[in-house]
Amino acid sequence: MAVCVAVIAKENYPLYIRSVPTENELKFHYMVHTSLDVVDEKISAMGKALVDQRELYLGLLYPTEDYKKRYGYVTNSKVKFVMVVDSSNTALRDNEIRSMFRKLHNSYTDVMCNPFYNPGDRIQSSRAFDSMVTSMMIQVC
Amino acid sequence: MADEALFLLLHNEMVSGVYKSAEQGEVENGRCITKLENMGFRVGQGLIERKNTVLLLVDLFRFTKDTARFKDELDIMKFICKDFWTTVFKKQIDNLRTNHQGIYVLQDNKFRLLTQMSAGKQYLEHASKYLAFTCGLIRGGLSNLGIKSIVTAEVSSMPACKFQVMIQKS
Repeated sequence: MAVCVAVIAKENYPLYIRSVPTENELKFHYMVHTSLDVVDEKISAMGKALVDQRELYLGLLYPTEDYKKRYGYVTNSKVKFVMVVDSSNTALRDNEIRSMFRKLHNSYTDVMCNPFYNPGDRIQSSRAFDSMVTSMMIQVC
Repeated sequence: MADEALFLLLHNEMVSGVYKSAEQGEVENGRCITKLENMGFRVGQGLIERKNTVLLLVDLFRFTKDTARFKDELDIMKFICKDFWTTVFKKQIDNLRTNHQGIYVLQDNKFRLLTQMSAGKQYLEHASKYLAFTCGLIRGGLSNLGIKSIVTAEVSSMPACKFQVMIQKS
């Protein structure tokens, strides 16, 4: 299950960041910020190659971290989704991460089409988006 | 889009609605056209985002060339001419020309929003009102794909029209 979910706009400022253990939030913000560099590197590296849909999903960003792995995903409109996953209890398969990103992308598209949302604003008032993210996060009792 | 006629009629009402609710000064200095264009812009942004998701779901198990990420501007313009135009107007752009320096001309010989109006030169002077929304649509779609542009339209004989896209290099 995800520990932190972030949506970053194309100009690299956060549209939505939420992490589950609400103390230590700054640490997660920092992790997401550092992964942006890796995301940018991956995007520019595949710029010239013939890229297919799979590559919208960027996969594991930092191979050296033993727990708290980070995954990235980029849309055609250069909006990035970064997810920090706690892998200490369950080993999540690639497909599950992909399906989580797909759900995230679908909810983000719904937010975009909402007439009360101005593109570029923080995603604050969308309850549907919030509840979708909550369903993906760890249940901390 | 379930029914073409729905969008057509709604669009016509939108144009006349904007003009009816405008004050005297606005009709003369083109503020209504700007309003329509901005409406189209926001719609274009949302539509492109939705097109992204649909492409993902449909091509999940087919790693074909169609789902390639756009390599350059020309790819994006071709996407606008084919997929985007087909989604909105159920047909493709008939002709795309470019001078390879950031200017693209999209020619549609039978523009859906104008076919009901006339088949020649009649009502030519009113055509620009009905093209403003579509110009905004193109501009919105391009801006979400990372391209800043200026889109204008011209009609010499209905229902054929040309959309000129000027890419801003920043």
